[in-house]
Amino acid sequence: MSAVALSARGVSKSFGSLNVARDINIDLPVGARYALIGPNGAGKTTLINLMTGLLVPNAGAITLAGEDVTALKPQARVKRGLARTFQINTLFAGLNPLEAVTLAVCERRGIADRFWQNIAGNKDAIEEAYEILSKLKLGDACYQTTRELPYGRQRLLEIALALATRPKVLLLDEPAAGVPHEESGEIFEVVAGLSDDLTLLFIEHDMHVVFRFATHIIVLVGGAIFTQGSPAEIAADPGVREVYLGTRKHG
Amino acid sequence: MLPPVFGVLFDGIAYGMLLFVLSVGMSVTLGLMNFVNLAHCAFAMLGAYVTVVLMKDFHWNFFVTLPMAFAVSALVSVAVERVLYRRLYRASDLDQVLLTIGLAFMSVAIAAWFFGTTQQPISVPSYLRGSISLLGLDLGVYRMFLIAVGIAVTVLLVLTLEHTRFGAQVRAAVDNQRMARGLGIDVDRTFAVTFALGSGLAGLGGALAIEIVGLDPQFALIYLVYVLIIVSVGGLGSIAGSFAAACLIGVSDIAGKYYVPQLGSFLIYLVMVAVLMWRPAGLFGRR
Amino acid sequence: MTQISTTSLTPQLYLQRQTRWRPIEIVFWAATLLPFWLFPTYLSLASQIAITGLFALSLDLILGYAGIVSLGHAAFFGIGAYTAGLFSKFVWGEPFSGLVAAAAVAGIVGYASSFIISRFRHLTLIMITLGLGLLLKEAANSAHWLTGGSDGLQGVSIDPVLGLFKFDLYGRTAYGYSLAVLFVVFLCARRIINSPFGLALRGIRENVVRMPAIGADSRAHIRKVYTIAAIIAGIAGGLLTQTTQTVALEVLSFERSADVVVMLVLGGAGRLYGGLIGATVYMIARDQFSGIAPQYWYFWIGALLVIVVTLLPNGILGGLSRLIRRWRRS
Repeated sequence: MSAVALSARGVSKSFGSLNVARDINIDLPVGARYALIGPNGAGKTTLINLMTGLLVPNAGAITLAGEDVTALKPQARVKRGLARTFQINTLFAGLNPLEAVTLAVCERRGIADRFWQNIAGNKDAIEEAYEILSKLKLGDACYQTTRELPYGRQRLLEIALALATRPKVLLLDEPAAGVPHEESGEIFEVVAGLSDDLTLLFIEHDMHVVFRFATHIIVLVGGAIFTQGSPAEIAADPGVREVYLGTRKHG
Repeated sequence: MLPPVFGVLFDGIAYGMLLFVLSVGMSVTLGLMNFVNLAHCAFAMLGAYVTVVLMKDFHWNFFVTLPMAFAVSALVSVAVERVLYRRLYRASDLDQVLLTIGLAFMSVAIAAWFFGTTQQPISVPSYLRGSISLLGLDLGVYRMFLIAVGIAVTVLLVLTLEHTRFGAQVRAAVDNQRMARGLGIDVDRTFAVTFALGSGLAGLGGALAIEIVGLDPQFALIYLVYVLIIVSVGGLGSIAGSFAAACLIGVSDIAGKYYVPQLGSFLIYLVMVAVLMWRPAGLFGRR
Repeated sequence: MTQISTTSLTPQLYLQRQTRWRPIEIVFWAATLLPFWLFPTYLSLASQIAITGLFALSLDLILGYAGIVSLGHAAFFGIGAYTAGLFSKFVWGEPFSGLVAAAAVAGIVGYASSFIISRFRHLTLIMITLGLGLLLKEAANSAHWLTGGSDGLQGVSIDPVLGLFKFDLYGRTAYGYSLAVLFVVFLCARRIINSPFGLALRGIRENVVRMPAIGADSRAHIRKVYTIAAIIAGIAGGLLTQTTQTVALEVLSFERSADVVVMLVLGGAGRLYGGLIGATVYMIARDQFSGIAPQYWYFWIGALLVIVVTLLPNGILGGLSRLIRRWRRS
């Protein structure tokens, strides 16, 4: 059993009488490639929001590399190595990718509050940003304003921004959401090419992608963990077929 | 015999009821559409001038002019909503603020052009004037009338919102706009109707205000500050919040001017800042 | 952002080019010297424009770059104005030290209130800035012993600048002094905008939700920029006191807060020169139309706002750059 990178212990959250997370226990081992699946409204994004601190759980604890981070603000968790992407593009529409990723790099290096220094003087930060962008095939588009980028490129920029924080754990909320089927493979190739030290949890609806890239699958239904296991176990589980796979067409 | 503090309280609550009628429409439209309408009091001023014109030039009875003040403000607001506001629902706060304060500035100038910058007094029916002595207090009849109107408006609004189909749609849309759209509620139409009702109430409030605070073209700006304070203190989209905030601000303002006149409006600004520091979303706000 | 053949540039050179001085900027600053020869009778107005432009520049930092809508920015202008006035009365009349005092006091108050400001957004933020501004004005009005209340502060007298240039009736010294201060502060603001911190501010404006997800503490950034803006507004207020040798309660008024928002939006928020252009156009127009009764002046301001919002979303400078782009393409 390898070390645990991120874990949720008995995490619950409710809005009034609506339970969106019920006693959730998850352990992400270092270097894991986990998928989080479940029908719409199962609470997948809510779980990511709870882990990253956008929501505060009513009960339970989130630990990052053994340290309890439940009380920490989102930005403090990012500083400790927990990054995420968003299902709906949450980008800096008026900046270009180079500026956006440079900003994220500067924030990580703790130099984003330097108001006396010309941005162009930070050669290392700019080059690091450009390197990340090139790795995600955004190098040639890095001077184009974000809102003018093709949608698929914007999805890649989501990942680039998260990588610029040098995460140890990366939570990907439907990285290929809204991307045509033929292009979504490209995005997951990028995801698969990420460093082995990086711990990954991703939400995805396309079961082909899930079975191809995940080593372990967690099924979430109605805010609670329905079952979890290896892709083979999940594929063979008749209960999962019923609540999830059975409702989707194969093709 | 009651001490004079009750007299101050009475005047404050009467003033608060007036402010409530003026502001409740803006609170609901803000809660519903997140639309910051700084021209709200321009509609109130329009209602007030309707009453003045009808009483002075056409010798209508004060009470008959009130529904007209409501109707004219409501109709004009619908036209403005269709032509200008509609395109700004998704715009930034700043754009909304700029456009609507621009309209408020224009309304001040237009009112000055037609009616001059002087006060427009009206004479309300004699039975609304004077005061009644009760337990050693002099209670103004017009102020009692204001309290009655305020309570009547509150009851009507609550009944409409709680017990009609339209009210249910408004509540659903305030609660969760995306969900409401998903359920097939025509949020834009609901909003247009609510906006008209809210502006109509502002027009009614403007007409009722003439007797208490007078009427000149600056009305649209001076009372805008009061309305904004009540809306933010009460919490967006909450009728109960507006009611409570209007009472709080009305009493604070009258008490401040009575006991520490040299401080001017210091007290209500202080109340507002204090409440917002304590509860940024307002007394009854949820966001 | 200009789309010149950028593909061949390294990222660092690209960013450097973004921050380079453009010829049009040098022309602009050279043109600010023209009034000395072309309009020697309008130097007082020119000085007012420089001061108002500086005030608009300070608002641009928080509104245009960080997206914080403030309807109470005159508070810091007023604090600077009163500080400079009181400083000349009770300490000495040397102008530069008076400006430093104005900047320091405005900065301290700005820093203290930034802890309040950074907690809010949207309407609550607008109301808090408005409320704090109104509170300060009422406080200054009632502190008659210190501020002179609505009669204004009496007994302000300022020594010659550098011991050489007396403040004259024609505003020669006033304009030269204001322009010099404006230029120096502008250089600082320009550096701030082109710094990593400036980039973070643009990040806040573009998407405040994303900021924590890249590890940024937006509130700390907002506190810092709010303090900087307060300092600059304080300097502008101090300049007004020193060049006019009086302080009226009007320096704290809501109208001043609202006017500066209008100027900035008219010129183009989020552009370094937006506030300067907006203040110039606005002040000259007001001077030319001063014969009109104030209520009609506000009709045109209102109409202007409606037009800017519906037809010219990025102000004069935004409209111009769109025209230039279209012209280049065809």
